[in-house]
Amino acid sequence: MSSEDDPTAAPSAEPSAAPSSEPGTGPTASPDGDPDLARARAPMKRAPDDVEPLAEAPSAEVQQGQVRRLMDAWRTPTGWRYWSAVNNSEVGLWYTTLAMVFLLFGGVLALIMRAQLAVPGNDLVSADLYDQLFTLHGSVMMFLFAVPVFEAFSIMVLPEMLGARDLPFPRLSAFGFWCFAIGGVFVCGSIFFGEGPRGGWFMYPPLTTQYTEGYGPDIWLLGLSFIEIASIAAAVELLVGVLKCRPPGMRINLIPLYAWYILVVAVMILFAFPPLIAGDILLEMERAFEWPFFDPARGGDPLLWQHLFWIFGHPEVYIVFLPSVALIAMIVPTFCKQRLVGYGWVVLAALGTGFISFGLWVHHMFTTGLPGISLGIFSAASEAVAIPTGVQLFCFIATMLVGKVRFEMPMLFVLGGLSTFVIGGLTGVMVALVPFDLQAHDSYFVVGHLHAVLLGGTIFPIVAAVYYFFPLLRGRKLSDRLGRWAFWLMFFGFNVTFLPMHVTGLLGMQRRVFTYPDEPGLWALNLASTVGAFVLAIGFAIFVWDVLRPAKKDAKVERNVWGAGTLEWLAEVPDKPWGVRSIPEIDSRYPLWDQPNFVRDVDEGRFYLPDAAERKRETLVTSPVDATPEQCLRVAGPSFVPMIAAVWTGGLFIFSTFSMYTAGLVCGALAFVTVLYWVWTGTAWIPEKEDKDVGLGLRLPIYVSGPKSVGWWGMLITMLADFTAFVALIFGYFFYWTASDVWPVPGYELDGMMAWAGLGAIAASWGATVAARGLNRAGRAVAYYVALAVGVAAAVAGAVLLWQSAGALDPTAHVYPAMVWLLVGWTALHVVLGVVMQLYCVARRWAGKMDAKHDIEIVNVTLFWHFVGLTALITVAVVAGFPGVA
Amino acid sequence: MSAAADGPRRDSLWWLAASPAIWVGHFLVCYITAAVFCAKAGRDAALTEVRWVVLGATVAALGGIAAVGWRGWGRRRFGVGPRTHEHDTPEDRHRFLGLATILLSGLAAVAVVFVALPAVFLETCR
Repeated sequence: MSSEDDPTAAPSAEPSAAPSSEPGTGPTASPDGDPDLARARAPMKRAPDDVEPLAEAPSAEVQQGQVRRLMDAWRTPTGWRYWSAVNNSEVGLWYTTLAMVFLLFGGVLALIMRAQLAVPGNDLVSADLYDQLFTLHGSVMMFLFAVPVFEAFSIMVLPEMLGARDLPFPRLSAFGFWCFAIGGVFVCGSIFFGEGPRGGWFMYPPLTTQYTEGYGPDIWLLGLSFIEIASIAAAVELLVGVLKCRPPGMRINLIPLYAWYILVVAVMILFAFPPLIAGDILLEMERAFEWPFFDPARGGDPLLWQHLFWIFGHPEVYIVFLPSVALIAMIVPTFCKQRLVGYGWVVLAALGTGFISFGLWVHHMFTTGLPGISLGIFSAASEAVAIPTGVQLFCFIATMLVGKVRFEMPMLFVLGGLSTFVIGGLTGVMVALVPFDLQAHDSYFVVGHLHAVLLGGTIFPIVAAVYYFFPLLRGRKLSDRLGRWAFWLMFFGFNVTFLPMHVTGLLGMQRRVFTYPDEPGLWALNLASTVGAFVLAIGFAIFVWDVLRPAKKDAKVERNVWGAGTLEWLAEVPDKPWGVRSIPEIDSRYPLWDQPNFVRDVDEGRFYLPDAAERKRETLVTSPVDATPEQCLRVAGPSFVPMIAAVWTGGLFIFSTFSMYTAGLVCGALAFVTVLYWVWTGTAWIPEKEDKDVGLGLRLPIYVSGPKSVGWWGMLITMLADFTAFVALIFGYFFYWTASDVWPVPGYELDGMMAWAGLGAIAASWGATVAARGLNRAGRAVAYYVALAVGVAAAVAGAVLLWQSAGALDPTAHVYPAMVWLLVGWTALHVVLGVVMQLYCVARRWAGKMDAKHDIEIVNVTLFWHFVGLTALITVAVVAGFPGVA
Repeated sequence: MSAAADGPRRDSLWWLAASPAIWVGHFLVCYITAAVFCAKAGRDAALTEVRWVVLGATVAALGGIAAVGWRGWGRRRFGVGPRTHEHDTPEDRHRFLGLATILLSGLAAVAVVFVALPAVFLETCR
């Protein structure tokens, strides 16, 4: 452990500015007489050129003017226009609330299941309904609660933690929310029509391709794919937020641990969700159009689905677990009045877990008959992931030992969560061992294990976070008395529900059975589980009541009610829509504890951007490592366009579910037009001036393109996710090669020459786009238009040639032509999108919305084309080149 | 702000990912080699060639991780006086990234050894 993580270590050489201790300097003053807080503080050392806040506060008159203009810029719309809000605080709140509603819905489904299983031979629900219940329960909890709630919560809180006014793409967040709302209601609603999916939350074919009637799997595939796209959108937003929207001075070694975890988890989403989307495409193509990806009679293999699902599914466990640990990492220091011990080690844990979690997926497939060496490799990696997982827990324990713990409600839930998670983690190490898993697989032991992980590792910390952050959101604390009842009922109920399941599993009870034989042991344990489930539910109901109850008589809390040290606690009670009054310069991991007069300086506008002179929504963009200011970014304000775009996108997915393709395509076209309108009117404005004074003697550009701009990062990250989905399809191609005796399959040859010619044309278009970017910069407008015209023509020719090269193949005949078609179709679709973007760049320059200096559009489109070029190259090398090699 | 940006050393976040990325590469080489070999050679085949590949990949991976870790170690030791990494200075940021690189290299090395172990104990594709 490094020296400065040791709280007993001697202070650093330079005793820099001592923390303020005079009363009345803001909310940090309230616990100032507190010796614990004095211990929590550390002497700060700063770079010699570090920026100081204004020595004198602006006059009261100036401050009032600033506040008025900030309010004008950031005011939340009222009345029916409220729903056009895109600000992180509104969207985050709606998003979080809706995710919690889905949690309650999933919980009710679970209670019905437990009621059915209370006694053997029960007939409360039919087997068919029971199938829908457990499938929807798992799917709702994973896709509509666990992942979205963390993204939702981060959208709400992350900007506050980073002292940013908003995240860089507020309308994208709003679009994600509306997609989530539409898709979630659609998926949940299916059960009321007896059309819920039935195949279990992992939808294994051939059960879901050949043996399921009705629309259930289609609702699952299309409804959830729609939501996965929203998840990726949120990940893009959060990733750019952490890397580019930090306050000046918040170097990478000072960022809140929450932001580290979000960084890791957002990257994980980018690489984990696309394989599932690729799998969804394969499965839906088989269900809707008979492309035989999973049909062994025509060369398919159901095991490919399991691979693609679990390449997503195992990182998913950490995608929902790490954000909860992140919450714990914020809560524990506050209630111990102690800087978190082992910051560097926690970063190790977050990053290490993120990586290793991608090498575990086959441990869900130990019983599929893979060779022992494959099982061994995944078993070993599954054991290895326990190391970083354990490291962070030890850091929390060490912090509690060093500090003085206050057992307030959030801390109680944190401790309950950690102890429960340890149980789930240890049984996880057990099922990671192949011989044990062969016995426990698909039994109630696994059900017990995964619920201990998810309740301990997700639900309890989230409830802790609600207790912790509620004063920030609503200006009052939740009740301590009700909270203790809720905690003990939930904790007791949880253990009575899930501990017996380990035993029923070892006794041989299968998961996902709607009833069980009347055997000694089984019924008593099941009855205990049912009783426990209802006790847990009562505890949860008390918690929900406490959140929802009208509490007009409750006292409003003071600002920073828990005496925390991180930036989100700058929020006033009640909070203002602008986030922070002025964007501070950061010198410490816990600025509210360490930086003298910090709250006063922020409040009086002594830091950056204290004003909104042009009445526009602005925030700072900084560099990823040292948070050096780079741009004054203007972000978008309220708009109904994201909601409308989400409605049409929803129509595309929902109509397609019921094979109403014409209506679906019409909705798709409308979504496309709406998004074009959104991008045309809402992005890359040329500002009225080149740069602006953001305070403290700093002038920053308003318009930035290329790697310094947030839009470029957004494009890069989106395309990394897109490219990952493509790699998953390529994985599918080579999976069939290893699994089949003959691959490529004779009789299904595509026209290789034509495919290579198509690649040549696409490469020419790619080159023309790159050239157009340079010509635009050089101010050669005519040559720019010519280059893009050549690019468009070449791209169209390339797409047509590529399409024609596969034209003779029948994708329903065998999995080989189906796979070739899928790769060719994927590439052609990207080329067509590339053409749209090229035409968009022509139109923007023509309309005077782009010029030699303001070139965001063509720079980002060139970046897109790099990915298109690479995709086309790989596709043609595989479909036309590989048959020659194999 | 320009002095802070230039600092004593400019750092990249990519170095944090270097050792874990080597682990990913090693993992994929081991898994893909074993899976393809066993798919093509049948369940009774001896793993001899696979074990050599795993050995080679493991030596290469551990070498790469050691090199990255050594680089991190140098950065961790940067400067004189108390070698802190929680302050608002370029030196602290530099040392912090060095520390995180060492820790991740250690974890990656352990994980590489774990993943190589099945090839020590298993002799056939069964």
